[in-house]
Amino acid sequence: MEPVIEARNLVKYFPIHSGFFGRHVDYLKAVDGVSFALHRGETLGLVGESGCGKTTVGYLVLNLLSLDRGTVSFKGVEVSSLRGKALREIRRNLQVVFQDPQSSLDPRMLVKKTVGAPLEVNRLARGAEVVRRVRAMLAEVGLSEEHVYRYPHEFSGGQRQRIGIARALITGPEFVVFDEPTSALDVSVQAQILNLVKDLQRRHGYAYLFISHDLSVIKHMSHRIAVMYLGIIVETAATGDLFGEALHPYTRALMSALPQPDPSKRTMLAVVAGDVPSPVNLPAGCRFHPRCPEAREICKRSAPELREVKTRHQTACHLYG
Amino acid sequence: MSEPLLEIRNLAVQFFTYQGTVRALEGVSLRVERGEILGLVGETGCGKSVLARSVLRLIADPPGRITDGEILFKGRDLIKLSRREMRRIRGNEISMIFQEPMSSLNPVFTVGNQMQEVVALHQAVGRDEARRICVDMLRQVKMPDPDQVLLKYPHELSGGMRQRVMIAMELSCRPDLLLADEPTTALDVTVQAQVLAILEGITRQRGVAVLFISHDLGVVAQLCDRVAVMYAGGIVETATAAAIFAAPRHPYTRGLLQAIPRIDEGREALMVIPGTVPSLIDPPRGCRFHPRCGHRFQPCDREPPPFYEPSPGHRVACHLHAGEDQKRSWSRS
Amino acid sequence: MLDEFRRQYAWQIREFFFTVKLLRRNPSAVAGFVIITGMVAMALTAPVLAPYNPIQISLGERLGPPGGAHWFGTDELGRDILTRVMYGARISLWIGVLVVAIAGGLGAVIGAVSGYLGHRVDNLIMRAMDVVLSFPPLVLAMALAAALGPSLNNAILAVAFVMIPKFARMVRGEALAVKEKQFIAAARASGAGSLWIVWHHILPNCFSSVIVLGTLILGETILIAASLSFIGLGTQPPTPEWGAMISVGRKFLMDQWWYATFPGLFILVTVIGFNIFGDALRDVLDPRIRR
Repeated sequence: MEPVIEARNLVKYFPIHSGFFGRHVDYLKAVDGVSFALHRGETLGLVGESGCGKTTVGYLVLNLLSLDRGTVSFKGVEVSSLRGKALREIRRNLQVVFQDPQSSLDPRMLVKKTVGAPLEVNRLARGAEVVRRVRAMLAEVGLSEEHVYRYPHEFSGGQRQRIGIARALITGPEFVVFDEPTSALDVSVQAQILNLVKDLQRRHGYAYLFISHDLSVIKHMSHRIAVMYLGIIVETAATGDLFGEALHPYTRALMSALPQPDPSKRTMLAVVAGDVPSPVNLPAGCRFHPRCPEAREICKRSAPELREVKTRHQTACHLYG
Repeated sequence: MSEPLLEIRNLAVQFFTYQGTVRALEGVSLRVERGEILGLVGETGCGKSVLARSVLRLIADPPGRITDGEILFKGRDLIKLSRREMRRIRGNEISMIFQEPMSSLNPVFTVGNQMQEVVALHQAVGRDEARRICVDMLRQVKMPDPDQVLLKYPHELSGGMRQRVMIAMELSCRPDLLLADEPTTALDVTVQAQVLAILEGITRQRGVAVLFISHDLGVVAQLCDRVAVMYAGGIVETATAAAIFAAPRHPYTRGLLQAIPRIDEGREALMVIPGTVPSLIDPPRGCRFHPRCGHRFQPCDREPPPFYEPSPGHRVACHLHAGEDQKRSWSRS
Repeated sequence: MLDEFRRQYAWQIREFFFTVKLLRRNPSAVAGFVIITGMVAMALTAPVLAPYNPIQISLGERLGPPGGAHWFGTDELGRDILTRVMYGARISLWIGVLVVAIAGGLGAVIGAVSGYLGHRVDNLIMRAMDVVLSFPPLVLAMALAAALGPSLNNAILAVAFVMIPKFARMVRGEALAVKEKQFIAAARASGAGSLWIVWHHILPNCFSSVIVLGTLILGETILIAASLSFIGLGTQPPTPEWGAMISVGRKFLMDQWWYATFPGLFILVTVIGFNIFGDALRDVLDPRIRR
């Protein structure tokens, strides 16, 4: 089956300007060669700490940021090169749900307009038809019909996320990017939202790119997981395989640093030293080697490539050949 | 049985706002023993931050006010102290670190400048001696290159390093109690692990008691000796960490634990606590959790539950744990 | 129908009354509001309440001092100054409202587009605004009015042009902030074009600051318009405009103080009224203070 979304070698560098005249001094290598493919009904979890580039990948896939190199294809059609009208036609198939329930909704817009806007902008419906579809969508995400005439501040964080989800799904997209959708929510609300998102996928077959820094949420939501570090994917595997045996030392560090709600297992160990480095001054060779507990000579000199080590389980690490 | 370091009895705090009176805390009682790490867990709006700030009397009046209760620290009621006496306690005997160190540190002064100021304020030492103390403190929080760090500005340091500076600063005057309000929530998980290890190490070593506030149950499970769970302005359960996580007794605690996605177990769907957190302006009568509770029965919407103690050291504010006689008298009425 | 309208605007209505309540407690707001309402009332009722005809010449009563028949005295053609002052309010306020509407509308759109599009477009537009702003407003208005020819309408256009960059610059600043919010990215992801986003998202979020700036600029506008008339570039005789009256009254200032003083006083009070009301409004609408 053809993948719904295919990203090949995405690269995005942000130029850094310094000095009085804004001379460009260096590059912030936010995303440095990321590839993946997503099929219908599948969720790919993109996990990593701050500065790893996962949010940037999300924006690149949606064409909210221009690619420096690489391509994004939607069902075989290359999205990254589209502009104007052609791009807008494709846009209704690629949607996004953002992190911050405070700023992801326009405080001056009624829910009706916020959720209905994608329909109007894409000329998929007008007038009463818009209201009808908005009501139906709100019901599907667990809100009541009378909420159409309310403003965002009248809702709780969890409800606002539901509105954001309704807005993303109303045009019937095939692919949705979730950028840390529950990071700002309480645990009990997060559970509701995650259940809802999974349920919608089961019913409609959406393909999800689920971005988060929280490994336990990623595990719960994803079929496949890609671990990012400083702009590249260091390991990717099916969820069960990744947690069965994590190959890359960074993945292992992430897992061991994750505090588990079980005092009998004192597992939270700081396996890596130092802070998360910035993508401006990248280390030579393997990006992770300065912090890696298993670094060797070769790691300082050459950057390992992403290679398939076990069935459908790839990693970029010299430990594996 | 030695007296607890901090004992809060029946604390009530209210905020007077345009929309009405917010009953932020009601009937809150808590003990922190010397040298122990007590975790205070709850979701947004449960009042955990308000509780911590009340201890140091940092609640702005207006609009907030402590309307009832006592806060006994080493036997003295902090509420009754004068402002000057309270100022002497802050930073000296009780210190506090916050979630976002960027707002606690002044961006226009170097780290060294600020640290030395704190030391000089609380201890009568000269500048060179203060500097030496600062370098020493930074070494204890495992800061690489402490001399260099003193010359840097806050924005030149990473989040993890800033928190370490905060920890160093707040512990420099050897307080007996440290209030930590979500100190690692804004940090990456690998950095969080480092900072928590440092925090635990240094507080245990010096016998500093910690009131650790967090919404992250995982962190609390890994770090704390005892845990208190808060909901809608009150404490619903207190016990050792092991007991709370292995055998939670309050329906809210249970619901919370079942709602978390786990690494060690696979779950198809997460258990959800139905409903939403109530407004604190007009909270439910009786037990504040009762509208969302699947186990409610007669007394729950009428009488606020007191603390029952179904097993030693494990206190629950839930009528389900009332004595048999009590339950019988309810079913009769 | 009405029900739906009420539900849709329920929150705005509540916010409006809350704002009014806060304003009532603010002394400058109340004072400013009283002044403004007084002036507006005077302007609206002038045709009905004014004792005389503003352009009625009565050479027998020239330069009469304030007294029983003429509360503010008469001018050099015997026209009642009180009546002319009342009618003057109509003109000044009309100019003020029109200028603010034009400058506010155009300036806001220019600023929003500039701020949202950024980069070269933003640079170009803002430098153009800078050029206009680098002139003292009165001087520029004078030059424009002179070039266009002395008349009331031309005065309005001239002053409006001078005020546009103030709105543009402010709205541009707000647009820069709003642009970074996630709902803008969400709108782009939904397929909305730049113009749609500027119209539906950016402008509504700048609305209240435009109102506040408008109130403050109104005062300045009245002053500039009066100055233009003062030097003969605005309204032409016999139109009773405050600035024009002062211009003529200047000659008689020593012996017939009432001629220039009353219109001058009214300019002063009106401008102050708008300014203090605008300041209070800005404070009251500040989201932090509203808590």
